[in-house]
Amino acid sequence: MTTAKLIKLDEITKKYGYLEALKKVSFYLDRGEFLSVFGPNGAGKSTLLKVLSSQTRPSSGQIFFDGIKLSDLPNDFRRNFGVISHQPFLYENLSAEANLKFYGKIYGLKEVDKRIDNILNKVELSERKSDYVRNFSRGMLQRLSIARSILHDPEIILLDEPYTGLDQHASYILSNILKEQFEHSKTIIMVTHNLNRGYDLASKIAIMKRGKIVFFDDKVNIPEYEFEDIYLAKVS
Amino acid sequence: MKNYLSTIFYIVEKDLLLELKSKEVVVSMLLFSLLVVIVFSFIFEPGAAYKDNLVGGILWMAIIFSGVLGLNKSMLNEITGGNLNALLLAPVDRSAVFFGKVFSNFLFLIMMEIITVPIFMVFYNINIFANSLMSIVVLALGTYGFAVLGTLFSLISVKTKTREIMLPLLLLPLMIPIILAGIQCMNIYILGDDVAESYKWLKLIGAFDVIFTAVIYAIFDYIVEE
Amino acid sequence: MKLSALIDALTFLAVAVALYFAFIYAPVENVMGPVQKIFYFHVASAWISFFAFFVTFVCSFFVLFTNRYIFDDIASGSAEIGIIFCTIVLITGPIWAKPIWGTWWTWDPRLTTTLILWFIYVGYLMLRKFLDEDDKRAKFSAALGIIGFIDVPIVFFSIRWWRTIHPNVMQKGGGGLAPEMLTTLFISLFAFTLLYITMLVKTAVIKHMFRRYEKIASNKGET
Repeated sequence: MTTAKLIKLDEITKKYGYLEALKKVSFYLDRGEFLSVFGPNGAGKSTLLKVLSSQTRPSSGQIFFDGIKLSDLPNDFRRNFGVISHQPFLYENLSAEANLKFYGKIYGLKEVDKRIDNILNKVELSERKSDYVRNFSRGMLQRLSIARSILHDPEIILLDEPYTGLDQHASYILSNILKEQFEHSKTIIMVTHNLNRGYDLASKIAIMKRGKIVFFDDKVNIPEYEFEDIYLAKVS
Repeated sequence: MKNYLSTIFYIVEKDLLLELKSKEVVVSMLLFSLLVVIVFSFIFEPGAAYKDNLVGGILWMAIIFSGVLGLNKSMLNEITGGNLNALLLAPVDRSAVFFGKVFSNFLFLIMMEIITVPIFMVFYNINIFANSLMSIVVLALGTYGFAVLGTLFSLISVKTKTREIMLPLLLLPLMIPIILAGIQCMNIYILGDDVAESYKWLKLIGAFDVIFTAVIYAIFDYIVEE
Repeated sequence: MKLSALIDALTFLAVAVALYFAFIYAPVENVMGPVQKIFYFHVASAWISFFAFFVTFVCSFFVLFTNRYIFDDIASGSAEIGIIFCTIVLITGPIWAKPIWGTWWTWDPRLTTTLILWFIYVGYLMLRKFLDEDDKRAKFSAALGIIGFIDVPIVFFSIRWWRTIHPNVMQKGGGGLAPEMLTTLFISLFAFTLLYITMLVKTAVIKHMFRRYEKIASNKGET
């Protein structure tokens, strides 16, 4: 009976020529954990997400999902990931609904219409369903982008500094969605600069510096008032 | 296999839908191809006898030059908004995403040709179908080869600092076999020569299409990996 | 260190020997006269320009499949050297052609294909110049290196079907060449190959060192 971890990284190194973005990074995550990853620029946080979402192949080391090597898994495995990043991943000249329908088809979703209505509801864009994305305000764009990323109900959500540039309304909605997903036992990994928010939402905390993980612990072991000091100590 | 084909289908469907709404790609190609057709006509004295030997080349030039513009525009639509990255993250074969774009571009080019060819025939007083319907074959085969290499290199050049000039700079030398073969065939059909003479050129284009489809299918995943 | 100095010396020697053979040892050709001697360097350069692109082609595969940038350094270095020899072919060709055939450019399949190769080389180098990210630069130029190389023979055949004028020296089984000329040709080929290798090794080493420098510089930049 395997008690394999959902995600396990084993000495992952990623080199670009001589530049080592990730140096023998190892950790594991159980299902349902919310990992917030902090660190200065160039620490390798984005590279870590790219390796997890298979946008990049590691130079050495292995990644395991439920005990199986990532390199052995078929393309279809990527449906378990939802990625939220700076790019909106939307077509300007299509409506909100058309955008979601397209990605729904690509992901092979059943009952696409129902899912779309559901998700638009969650991001409070139901009345804008048939509007063209090019007419959306920035905040609306961000919310639709979130909707697109989790339309297929991914098991693992990867977020790369999702709150940057988000307006109040969109931030609020994103936090609610993340909390809801966490309650539904989704596994979430979020890279963020926002210490407070990242700490609040997390169940596990990691700090990276120069391609290495210099801190990794359960949030329950870190008192809130101490966290900022710990972070500053680790990154200097 | 079925998923591969449906991925291609959905992408083509989406591109056609987008084009229907914005009409950016086909219209700009069309305007430019017609412009080329008209501007090049100043090369000849009206009614010159030798013109029939040269107009096949002009048709292909119109298609190629305007096609380069359209390919650039088409790929730009995919890149702004980061949609190409989203597709590469999706649980589909990455090369299927590529071939989806190839077929979309192929259809856009064909649409442009469907209008350019009759207008070309009017301006140069020539019927490329009079002696043989094989003109359709050479246009189809040549356009496919153009779409395959053009889509790959438009993806590559859209990421450079000089994207408008990069695509023709890279693509035109590589396209020479198709350009040469396409013109040879078109001349044969226009001048009413023995159609059998065109078969070796058609085979060349066919081989070109197959070879590069296979090569890109094999290496595409590695090219787009970060 | 010592080894590279040895190779440099050998190269220098080989080129000197080739020069001797071309200008002094080899007989003056009856019909074409002294200008024919350009042939030895023209053909040798042509051989190198195609061989260099072949090296780029092979290394491009390794770049894509192994992600190791040393192959990118060799591929791009080979292209930079290859284009030099390609340019030599395109300059010596017309210089030779004009007195012999009375025209600078003959649309001969081999020379024309070399011209196309030159443009593909230029595309490759321009692409690299205008791509900032290391990773994209390596992968995208690898794609061009592979597709460009496969394209070249297709270009050649299509142009050959279209035209033919070039005197086919090799096809006559060297029969059109005096044995001394054949020897000189092979010595030129050998000398130029050594020259190419020397230049390639130096170029690749410099590029590799530059990457190491960049890494150190970027490390220093962090607090």
